[in-house]
Amino acid sequence: MHPAFSVIFLTTLIGAGQGLFLGLFGAEALSLLGVLPPPGSDFLALGSALALVFLVLGLIASFFHLGRPERAWRTATKWRTSWLSREVIVLPAFMGVVFLYGAAHAFGFNPPLGTLAGDVPVLLTVVLGAVGALLAIVLYVTTAMIYACIKFLQEWHSPLTVVNYTVLGAANGFTLAAAYAAWAGVPLVAFLATVAIVLTVLGLGTRSASLVRNSRIKSKSTLQTAIGVKHPKIQQKSQGFMGGSFNTREFFHHMSAAFLRGMKWIFLLGAFVVPAILLLVVLVTRIDPVNLLIAAFVIQYLGMVAERWFFFAQANHPQNIYYQSVA
Amino acid sequence: MTQLALVIDLNVCVGCHACVTSCKEWNTSGDAGPLVDQNPYDADPTGTFFNRVQSFEVGEYPNTETVHFPKSCLHCEEPPCVPVCPTGASYKRESDGIVLVDYDKCIGCKYCSWACPYGVREVDAERKVMTKCTLCVDRIYNEELPEWDRKPACVRACPTNARLYGDIHDPESVVSKAIREAGGYQLMPEWGTKPANHYLPRRKTQLTIREDEVERADNPLKIDSQLPKPGQDEPSLDDVTSW
Repeated sequence: MHPAFSVIFLTTLIGAGQGLFLGLFGAEALSLLGVLPPPGSDFLALGSALALVFLVLGLIASFFHLGRPERAWRTATKWRTSWLSREVIVLPAFMGVVFLYGAAHAFGFNPPLGTLAGDVPVLLTVVLGAVGALLAIVLYVTTAMIYACIKFLQEWHSPLTVVNYTVLGAANGFTLAAAYAAWAGVPLVAFLATVAIVLTVLGLGTRSASLVRNSRIKSKSTLQTAIGVKHPKIQQKSQGFMGGSFNTREFFHHMSAAFLRGMKWIFLLGAFVVPAILLLVVLVTRIDPVNLLIAAFVIQYLGMVAERWFFFAQANHPQNIYYQSVA
Repeated sequence: MTQLALVIDLNVCVGCHACVTSCKEWNTSGDAGPLVDQNPYDADPTGTFFNRVQSFEVGEYPNTETVHFPKSCLHCEEPPCVPVCPTGASYKRESDGIVLVDYDKCIGCKYCSWACPYGVREVDAERKVMTKCTLCVDRIYNEELPEWDRKPACVRACPTNARLYGDIHDPESVVSKAIREAGGYQLMPEWGTKPANHYLPRRKTQLTIREDEVERADNPLKIDSQLPKPGQDEPSLDDVTSW
């Protein structure tokens, strides 16, 4: 497939935004349980604003993918059958909850909505945060299922696609949360950086698993099934036209195999190895973590962009069988 | 239920591209809007087409044959492009099984083209919406055309009658008979899309002649052998030779 930068930026930016929100709410929830020090309302409010910035930027990027963006509202109508429609519903819903969560913290509006057994108050921000966290996970799933549900794009049609979108986005988001906590001087860096390392290493494992899986894929469609001629030796002599067409532009990445291999190593290093090392350095040394963590996030984000580029480029669409020879 | 479809006879198609140009001409002139071309007379021409003819060489020289392969939307009975559409612009008509795009609802997200294994949907670069073969829905029900002309433009254009058109759910239709009797098949059956369009395979026309059929066994002159008997590759003439 031809990697479209609009979709690459959409999925990586909202992935980081979702992960950041999961980090913020995770820290708040654990602080209420007494495991972590309280992060403070200002930290959570500004963090929610930062998450919203990423989500909005992702949403803006997505509009560049559309030929008719003015009709984008129509995309919410077919949620019964289309994962794209479901994503389009969940993304604004998640953004709305993040906004309310941040606003509640910013204005200190946090009344208990009820009590659990043992007189534990259920705070408004906890309810909003829990709903937001659930929507963040659902959004990872809906985004990934857009690709995973197309069965003849065999590289994508796997549960690993959903796992990778979730784990990679969350890893990048937790790295961002750790950098933000370090910048804000909130004593949550160790917790957030630890989770970020765990997710990054986990992501390296699950993404490598999908690389191994994809390297062994045997295409179900062949030239024989494509034109229905059962002869072992068939050669295309003409694709019917000599100029380009939508078929030759949309479904080919037009890069060399060496470029593809290079991109694979770039994203393995950039998205996993380098950020994991930087996060580890922050955890075990006493170096000022702010710049290191910001560097870790930026490198990991660029690694995610490379990963997403590779994700699209590696998918081999069966229609390409029909476009092997110009004339 | 009706399922209109094309049946394309690969044994008859000569690869003349008349269906391609006829399709382009009809569909670029219709009410639904033009199929726009970019740089049509320049170095890098491109544009929207609903139908293409490709050519394949089957076998190894000298035992090869050329297969000309027209390719357009197959109007699948289980179209994978329809459920993925987020707006409902891509739909399959209940009444006749034609898969269509509502150009007024399409947002041009290209997702349906990703979800089509055959690559028969094209985004029109200027109209910014997904376009595809309509089975000439504006011809086949067009009451301004005479009855015999209410067929897809590609079918009307084909000089060798390689394209048949009809209802594949009607067992007595010309397309159903062709599929049944000439071994009609579907493309990429492995994806369960159940394409409505079928293709008829190449057929070898062979005649086996036995030795005793070459000579006229009951020729009385031959039995008598009274006249000269020329070699098999020389001309023979009744009453003059012994064949």
